[in-house]
Amino acid sequence: MIFEYAPAPESRSVVTLRETYELFVDGAFTPAESGEHLTVVNPADESELARVAVAGAADVDKAVTAARRAYDTVWSRMPGAERGKYLFRIARILQERSRELAVLESMDNGKPIKETRDVDLPLVAAHFFYYAGWADKLAHAGLGPDPRPLGVAAQVIPWNFPLLMLAWKIAPALATGNTVVLKPAETTPLTALAFAEICQEAELPPGVVNILTGAGETGRALVEHPGTDKVAFTGSTEVGRQIARAVAGTDKRATLELGGKGANIVYDDAAIDQAVEGIVSGIFFNQGHVCCAGSRLLVQESIAEELLPLLKTRISRLRLGDPLDKNTDIGAINSAEQLERIRELTDTGEAEGAERWSPVCDLPGSGYWFAPTILTGVSQAHRVAREEIFGPVLSVLTFRTPEEAVAKANNTPYGLSAGVWTEKGSRMLWTAERLRAGVVWSNTFNKFDPTSPFGGYKESGYGREGGRHGLEAYLG
Amino acid sequence: MPVPHTAFAPEAMSNRSLRAFLHGFPGVDEVGARARAQDLSTRSIKTTAKAEAIDLAIRMVDLTTLEGADTPGKVRSLCAKAVGPDPADRTVPRVGAVCVYPDMVATAVEALRGTGVAVASVATAFPSGRAPMEAKLADTRRAVADGAGEIDMVIDRGAFLSGDYLKVFEEIVAIKEACGAAHLKVILETGELATYDNVRRASHLAIRAGADFVKTSTGKVSPAATLPVTLVMLEAVRDHHAATGRRVGVKPAGGIRTTKDAIRNLVLVNEVVGPDWLTPALFRIGASSLLNDLLMQRTRLSTGTYPGPDYYTLD
Repeated sequence: MIFEYAPAPESRSVVTLRETYELFVDGAFTPAESGEHLTVVNPADESELARVAVAGAADVDKAVTAARRAYDTVWSRMPGAERGKYLFRIARILQERSRELAVLESMDNGKPIKETRDVDLPLVAAHFFYYAGWADKLAHAGLGPDPRPLGVAAQVIPWNFPLLMLAWKIAPALATGNTVVLKPAETTPLTALAFAEICQEAELPPGVVNILTGAGETGRALVEHPGTDKVAFTGSTEVGRQIARAVAGTDKRATLELGGKGANIVYDDAAIDQAVEGIVSGIFFNQGHVCCAGSRLLVQESIAEELLPLLKTRISRLRLGDPLDKNTDIGAINSAEQLERIRELTDTGEAEGAERWSPVCDLPGSGYWFAPTILTGVSQAHRVAREEIFGPVLSVLTFRTPEEAVAKANNTPYGLSAGVWTEKGSRMLWTAERLRAGVVWSNTFNKFDPTSPFGGYKESGYGREGGRHGLEAYLG
Repeated sequence: MPVPHTAFAPEAMSNRSLRAFLHGFPGVDEVGARARAQDLSTRSIKTTAKAEAIDLAIRMVDLTTLEGADTPGKVRSLCAKAVGPDPADRTVPRVGAVCVYPDMVATAVEALRGTGVAVASVATAFPSGRAPMEAKLADTRRAVADGAGEIDMVIDRGAFLSGDYLKVFEEIVAIKEACGAAHLKVILETGELATYDNVRRASHLAIRAGADFVKTSTGKVSPAATLPVTLVMLEAVRDHHAATGRRVGVKPAGGIRTTKDAIRNLVLVNEVVGPDWLTPALFRIGASSLLNDLLMQRTRLSTGTYPGPDYYTLD
């Protein structure tokens, strides 16, 4: 019999959207000087969700001024234990509103509710709880007896994990006594604006958190504003380079978390069914919109022929569709622009000689969708093995010896993540030791925890976020 | 599936060759297997899908009574329930089989004659399996002679754990022969096998020896049928099918008490081995109290009200 799962949509009624959102500056929602707005759409059906203000240079100036005042008069002077109380309060409110925020995130981003509910939101709250605990223990962080905050942090975050990236940026900054001006991504500002409401609900002193919505120009104005002490950015390597140029020669500190082209190495002795799961979650988690995605599968050639059919069967059971359906595994691509980029790169892979495979998969009529795709017969020279696709597209390469696996894995300008699948502990350690990647997962993939530092080598950026190491980025 | 296919398992059986065969299978990562089972258990099965799943689960139930206190009266009553699970609703399908001790087989066969519900009997000194081989064979032959269409045997876990795979193998082969036309379900008692690697190996050993079904547990040992164990066994039958084309069934038994548990098992079957296995011929659920919960949920779905347990017969 065919076991058809009936639609099991999570209710949208927990979310109340305003028609228009203004900027969050100095504790209040304030219209942008220009009066301009941009439209935010649901990528699953292209319906309009809300209009949000576009911040210009004058708004950036106001927000930085508010953040500076809050830093000087309140936040930097407040005892750590008191700052911690605010962060604990924010963490609890995030948990209380997690269902609403999960639904909102799925509507705004297109990622499945299963992920926002079980991954994004629990991690968001965990991040605030974790750094709340650090607020009064900074003298014991191994950064000197009395580490000092930097001042005002300019933070620019991407659209792939909107609220989670906000948490990664804001929680450590606030715990260490800094104030922030944060710009969420143009396509996914809604959970950041909900977070602004949470700051009000938690009675966070005005100006400690400021949220400026807008597109690339807003981000540029923010990172170039002379009044900040720190720039923290997560996003593309291209924009990361521009930011590095902008802060060069200033006394601003910068942390950049950029692109990746992670290798997932599967040795012939791997626990094969779990390796298949890890390959799938490595590249199809969040539609592949993950900087640390395992986008290059390096499989030992002796098992490649047996692994690929298992992988294809598994991929053909992935359920693509309505992000709010609780049984959806793969949601929508975040924007038309990103969809175009995925299409273009994947077509290039095919043109360069890779063999393309996707399961039989009905794509919805409206919205931005891309079927999970495997490219086999990829060589290191192909663009799809070198450039970040940032979509549900896996490039499959083979290797013969462990040396070759390591050489291929490291042969990339990036160095953010890697995976090693083997049942043999010595081989796992041998491999991990040689991989030039900020995070190496063994017999698992895409696992995150607030206690664990995260960051890259080479063009994947610099600085660490998360864990004790994440404090360093915000302390002088 | 990598490495040794059952298709080219060694000719001359010895402990050494069986060891090479069984230990040639890829390992099972415990954390990963649990995570996969957990992930599948979050599937949300509602409305029409739930109604279909409930009826399918009812048809897959091996309605079981395996108590020292069993009486012919209790077995007859259970048989009546197997044929018409809900006296108030004749649209409820029959269960897959009734599962009893060998001395109750004749009673059950008589009660179920002509109904299409099979009689399954545990055998081979269930649940411990601690008896001389002659006794196990006699146990089996008697149950078959009395009309059991399905035999649920237990493996010698002590022999398996001590590495005496040949003893386990030969016992299964001998019992299979004694079964004749009766279907053989081999109970691995996974709660005593300790690791998922062992579950995978024991599954392949039983399949290789001729099992028609591999079954998790006797129900007398805890933990019984957990989702990761069933997942690993489903992977074994999937791989055996890919290698040889032969379809072997899976029967989780013990600890599956609620409709939610049963549906999670069906989701596992659907997404691990595929919808071909969603038939009582290839998937059974060994249970006793589960049936009433399925009936209550079925009534709730069709009428909108949730009847109390008092509306359903206890056996």
